[in-house]
Amino acid sequence: MSTLRKLFGFHGGVKPDPNKDLSTREPIGQLALPDHFVVPLHQSVGGTPRPLVAVGARVLKGQRIGAADGNVSAAVHAPTSGRVVAVEPRVMAHPSGLAGTAVVIEPDGLDTPCERDPFLWRSVEPAEVRDYLRDAGVVGLGGAVFPSHLKLRAARDHPMQTLVINGAECEPFITCDDMLMREHAAGIVRGAAIMGELMQPREILIGIEDNKPQAAAAMRAAVQAAAVRGMEVVVVPTRYPAGGAKQLIRVLTGVEIPHGTRSTDYGLQCFNTGTAYAIWQALEQGMPLISRVVTVAGNVARPRNFEVRIGTPMGTVYAAAEPLADTQRYIMGGPMMGFKLPTLAAPVQKATNCLLAGTASMFPPPAPEMPCIRCGQCAEVCPADLQPFELYWFARAHNYGKAQEYFLFDCIECGCCSYVCPSRIPLVDYYRYAKSEIWARERDKTAADGARLRYEARLARAERDKLEKAAKLAAKTAAGRQKAEQALSGGATPDAAAAEDPKKALIEAAMAKARAQREAVQPKNTDGLTVAQQAEIAKAEQRRELARQMAENKEAPPE
Amino acid sequence: MNNSPFILAPASVTAVMLKVLGALLPGVVVYAWIFGPGVLVQIVLASLTALAAEAAMLAARGRPAGRFLADGSALVTAWLIALTFPPIAPWWITVGGTAFAIVVAKHLYGGLGQNPFNPAMVGFAVMIVAFPALMSQWPAQGLSAAEQIGLIFGAPRPLDAITAATALDALRTGLHESASAASVATVMASHPAFGQFAGRGWEWIALAYLAGGLYLLQQRLITWHIPVALLLGLGLTALPFWLADTAHYASPLFHLTAGASVLGAFFIATDPVSGATTPRGKLIYAAGIGVITWFVRAYGAYPDGIAFATLLMNICVPLIDMKTQPPVFGRKERR
Repeated sequence: MSTLRKLFGFHGGVKPDPNKDLSTREPIGQLALPDHFVVPLHQSVGGTPRPLVAVGARVLKGQRIGAADGNVSAAVHAPTSGRVVAVEPRVMAHPSGLAGTAVVIEPDGLDTPCERDPFLWRSVEPAEVRDYLRDAGVVGLGGAVFPSHLKLRAARDHPMQTLVINGAECEPFITCDDMLMREHAAGIVRGAAIMGELMQPREILIGIEDNKPQAAAAMRAAVQAAAVRGMEVVVVPTRYPAGGAKQLIRVLTGVEIPHGTRSTDYGLQCFNTGTAYAIWQALEQGMPLISRVVTVAGNVARPRNFEVRIGTPMGTVYAAAEPLADTQRYIMGGPMMGFKLPTLAAPVQKATNCLLAGTASMFPPPAPEMPCIRCGQCAEVCPADLQPFELYWFARAHNYGKAQEYFLFDCIECGCCSYVCPSRIPLVDYYRYAKSEIWARERDKTAADGARLRYEARLARAERDKLEKAAKLAAKTAAGRQKAEQALSGGATPDAAAAEDPKKALIEAAMAKARAQREAVQPKNTDGLTVAQQAEIAKAEQRRELARQMAENKEAPPE
Repeated sequence: MNNSPFILAPASVTAVMLKVLGALLPGVVVYAWIFGPGVLVQIVLASLTALAAEAAMLAARGRPAGRFLADGSALVTAWLIALTFPPIAPWWITVGGTAFAIVVAKHLYGGLGQNPFNPAMVGFAVMIVAFPALMSQWPAQGLSAAEQIGLIFGAPRPLDAITAATALDALRTGLHESASAASVATVMASHPAFGQFAGRGWEWIALAYLAGGLYLLQQRLITWHIPVALLLGLGLTALPFWLADTAHYASPLFHLTAGASVLGAFFIATDPVSGATTPRGKLIYAAGIGVITWFVRAYGAYPDGIAFATLLMNICVPLIDMKTQPPVFGRKERR
């Protein structure tokens, strides 16, 4: 028996037609092996993994083919056994059709798995478990693909209160989590329990929207069977975007996690159901993340979910659901936050939760944009409590400073504002554009700052050199004078003319010195430096390094 | 569409404006029933003028005329002008006021969505300043349709016989001109413009506007903040004066039902373009309109104050909005 729990709700949100029934009539299907896999190396937030295989290499199913680049990254694996035929840039699923390095694998049809020693995760340190998950390529499967191992650590001074497992799946058409919960509830629950072991929360809440009663029932049964202390299935009202991590945390706990802070600092953390399942598979089945459930829906004859191996060309997946002849557009993700696919050759990756086929009537082009009449309906539906129309005015005026003062970066791009806008203004496009402009400006500024630092260092160096030369010259002059004076007073020198003219003596001395220097081996300018000079150089190097790091950090957009 | 969201709720500016016109209908019907068909003639005059002015300005500005004419915003301005101007105002007053509203107050500021002032109220203010007498004559009881239309189209106006001041105007003039002898009670008793507790018939018109306003609320085209704050601002300002000196100050109920109070609360102050947009800002903005309206009515030279109060508070909107930004998700404790 589940007790009645107080739910908190969140501001705004919309209720688009869920369109979820059609794709949940058949169980999750399997696909035949395609004739080739294109496995992108960069599939998660963070560094691009380094390829571990070369063209011609034989790989086994589950074999690591890309190693995590640093800790903020996740490995990638071969989806089947076969031969590497290329490691080269391929078009990726990205709104702008960017290419990224991919490992192209020709399956041998045997699907031979990679031998793997069982990993006894209970008997090792949590840090070791996290490293294992990084190397198993486990990332957030809700769409953000943030490496999961980075999220599995409680904050040092804030004990975990609530671990949220996100099965809300609020976006229309998408049913991959729904079907996974119906068919693999036990695996999800055990994955969630593992996360519980690692993070030690007081409770684990599995949030599911009330339009998925079968999933909720399956999960309740699994929770009861597993008897994990503090774990509970909570059904939440259906309202887009209840599946946003921050929105779901708010609904379940009442806590609002501000933008740019860690939820663990509030004793909270949120994972997608698919991620929980992937963690269980990695730790207890020895299977790294090489497949995920993908919904294929929209204008297709057989809308359905498939278990799709990462790297499968999207065209193959669409074909399995039989797109209708009048299909005009292909979208990855849902209709609220997805994007148009540049090509169907792009491979399915870990972030691919849904593939939509659409017609002009299913996703009609909006009416022409009208001026904003400040009606405020966008503010009424904004789940981040922003004033979208104000952000729009600022973005339009290129007033990015003001846009940031009004918390542009708190926008989660859920699309609610565009959805309701009577003037049919593509508001989210304005925010995306403004954000990218701000990032570009920051990059430029960092580069300019670096150049300025280098220039200032160069000026300082030139100044120092000048001073050193002057000091040397002064020393030499003093030495010459002394010599000349000695010559004069001693009267020992035969050169009377020199004795009469101290300047000549100086010139003589300098020429002698130059001759001596020429004879000696020409030293490098970094040889024989004083300690002070070396320190100067070290400082300059540090500045260079700092500038480089700053430039690099700014490359990566904030999460 | 290139980017998400790929699905949109059915909504358009035209739909918003048509709903506002629909919400005005009960008020129009009751108005015409009580004061005669003059108001209907005014609506036609104002609508035609507004559309013509809108078309001309769109052409001059090189904007797509069809799309913007169909948005219905000019019609809303026109109807508000027709409902706030006297139903027997000469045709050129309505045409001039409407043209000024559309050409100057709307399009010279940049057209739909750009005007800092409520266009209809700019039109009203200009005309009442320029032609105070003509803008204060309402049809007397029993004025026939033919007589009303005749007046609109230039028949001579023998005062008093066929025209009457509104209750607000009568009260102000009565109190001001008869010095200490007159009180609210004596003025109301002596003048045909007064009804149960406000102007004759105005109570019913106010009630009809209220019905339309509730429809707008139910359709979520407006929020409760502006109507409630405006009526409270007006009523609570009137209350202490009335309590202190019942003889010389009208009751809160009189103020709430007289003139354009309810029309203003639900249809004029709620114009989103020129009004405040944040919840707290709406309260400040509308309460300000209510308070200023009372002062203009009680001490000003013009019978009603809604127009001037709205324009004055329109000026404050950018500041109000800036200072009342609601807290953002996750940043609520810090403010």
